[in-house]
Amino acid sequence: MTDATQSPRSVKTLLGARRGRGKMHWTDVFTYCYLGFGLFLMFAPVVWLVLSSFKTPAGLQEFPPTFLPLGQISVEVEGYDEPLLLFDVTMEDGSVQQLAQVRRIGIMAQMVDPENPGERLQIPIATREPVREMRMAWENYRDPLERFNFMRYLWNSVIVTAAATMVTLLINSMAAYGLSIYEFRGRNAIMLFVIGTLMIPITVILVPVYLVVTNLGMINSLWAVILPGAATPTGVFLLRQYMLTIPRDLIEAARMDKASEWQIYWRVVMPLAMPAVAVLAIFSIMWRWNEFLWPLIVLNRSEVYTLQVGLNAFQGELDVQWHYILAMTVVTLIPVVIVFAFLQRFITTGIASSGMK
Amino acid sequence: MAHADDKATGIGDVLQNVVAWPIRILFKLIDYPVTAIQNVIGIRRMPWLFLLPNLAFFGMFVIIPLFMNFAYSLTGGTELFISERPYTGGEQYGFLFDCDNYADPISCREDRFWKGIFNTAVFIFFQVSFMVLFSLITALVLNREIRGRGFWRAVFFFPVLLSPVVVALIWKWILLRDGILNAFLISIGLDRILFFVSPEWAMFWAVFVSIWAHMGFYTLILLAGLQAIQPDLYEAAEMDGTRKERVFFRITLPLLWPNMLVVIVLALIKGVQVFDEVYVLTGGGPGTATQFIVQYIYNTAFTNQVQNFGLASAASMVLGVVLFILTLTQLAATRRRDND
Repeated sequence: MTDATQSPRSVKTLLGARRGRGKMHWTDVFTYCYLGFGLFLMFAPVVWLVLSSFKTPAGLQEFPPTFLPLGQISVEVEGYDEPLLLFDVTMEDGSVQQLAQVRRIGIMAQMVDPENPGERLQIPIATREPVREMRMAWENYRDPLERFNFMRYLWNSVIVTAAATMVTLLINSMAAYGLSIYEFRGRNAIMLFVIGTLMIPITVILVPVYLVVTNLGMINSLWAVILPGAATPTGVFLLRQYMLTIPRDLIEAARMDKASEWQIYWRVVMPLAMPAVAVLAIFSIMWRWNEFLWPLIVLNRSEVYTLQVGLNAFQGELDVQWHYILAMTVVTLIPVVIVFAFLQRFITTGIASSGMK
Repeated sequence: MAHADDKATGIGDVLQNVVAWPIRILFKLIDYPVTAIQNVIGIRRMPWLFLLPNLAFFGMFVIIPLFMNFAYSLTGGTELFISERPYTGGEQYGFLFDCDNYADPISCREDRFWKGIFNTAVFIFFQVSFMVLFSLITALVLNREIRGRGFWRAVFFFPVLLSPVVVALIWKWILLRDGILNAFLISIGLDRILFFVSPEWAMFWAVFVSIWAHMGFYTLILLAGLQAIQPDLYEAAEMDGTRKERVFFRITLPLLWPNMLVVIVLALIKGVQVFDEVYVLTGGGPGTATQFIVQYIYNTAFTNQVQNFGLASAASMVLGVVLFILTLTQLAATRRRDND
């Protein structure tokens, strides 16, 4: 993963002075320790989530937990209808033998040797260890998608994200076009107004926006999530800054060719502003996919839950089914990971240049 | 390989057409009416037409609500529609600020509001200071000559993109009574800790998880600031044989300071509005130990048995004033940075 922003201007060393060859300054040691520790702290929780999501409910209840998702092996034994669980048993003479359990009574277990099913042995359970192999509990993923509403939540999230991003891109780019291509009285006032709305995040106006949405009859509909956040000051600002760099001659030339203003916006300016539009699109997707507080307020029926709200409702239940929650958390994570893997550079340069999140 | 490439562009073309068709139709649909309007109102008024949708959204979902918020805060009762609510003047603000002793939330009429303010203050103090500190260290480390810098930057950055719910669930799973952290503590001979039962631990993890999730964002801004420092300065210092510590305090830190200021104020703005991760992680508990202002507003307006919209709006106005001041500071800081 090399990167374009690794510019030649990058500073030679942390504190500026040159290091002697082969000599380690304390800052070198610190750097590598810090990076190693950072790698662990940042990745281990996610790795643990993914590993845990493949464990069966029984596997999740084990304490101390096993690292990998393990399942106990069971074997078919002649004379028994059901497969029997397999154990490593330490025999009285110290040798270890693999036996299958027929039934357990208190601290004793009736076991048989799979090779010799005729003879039953009485074994104290303290002397045996389950025989296990790595087994992925794919049902953690399958069940919620089939039995619960998760497919619905997933679909709702996709709809909200896609629709909201399209609306945002359209109206923000139109506004940016109006504010960058034309000189008109009141332009600066409008720009100030747009930046001013930055000061009013949704957390400050929860109640009245709820009223507006109720008045529009959108409570418990996905529109209630899509529309209120569609006009974003950061989006207008980002696109306008970019459109200001488009040469005016191009627009004059288009006007000479009798192109209408809308055609200039759509055919000339938008294609040229694509890099900025792409950055805004990525941000909008992230914002909407991850949005939580507002959907939590306006979506009160399970059919309209987005993934985030559904996941929260699921983890708040009395009987928390962690095996499903962990799997669904992984599902929620996947689109973000994909976006990040492919578009990391867009995102990081977007943040570095605009300071928005 | 060439064959595979051809196939990829083929799929790309198909995709492009699938996406492009509706967009082209949309364009045509808007083109005719808008061009017709242009013929009526003339080019000079066209910018207003382009601005109209965005401004309508801002008006409907930001500006009108802002005024309504103020109006709500002056009314009482439990009706949602403002026309049905009795005017009560500054009563709601009176309730909020009705305290025998401002240093002690329990003595207040709205003890949860004050508890929220206290908790938010504690949270911001630790979260912002440690986050800025670690962002700075991380940015300095990433700015060194290290192998695979892109990879390392991604390592610290990716949690920024995770949803708050996902972040909270990842950590909740680690911190549970039978979670892996407790397994670790027991394995090294310590006692099990019930992290979500102790107020101090709950606050600690709220701060920690929030730093874990957001640090990458601030690191990135500081890293951009570090890379913008002219290398000549360092070369000159090197020629003079200046000590590293001195270079850091005399060159790096002063030149990075405008960026630091932006980062601090941005972190404050986000910190005041903390809700999502902590709400999912601790639910505000134990008791009210990790309940913040936004959760107070949310509970008061939407989840309590009696939905007290007036009180919630009054609390929102208080939050709004704080954010207003912070955002003005941010704009000033950003301007100063970009002018320097």
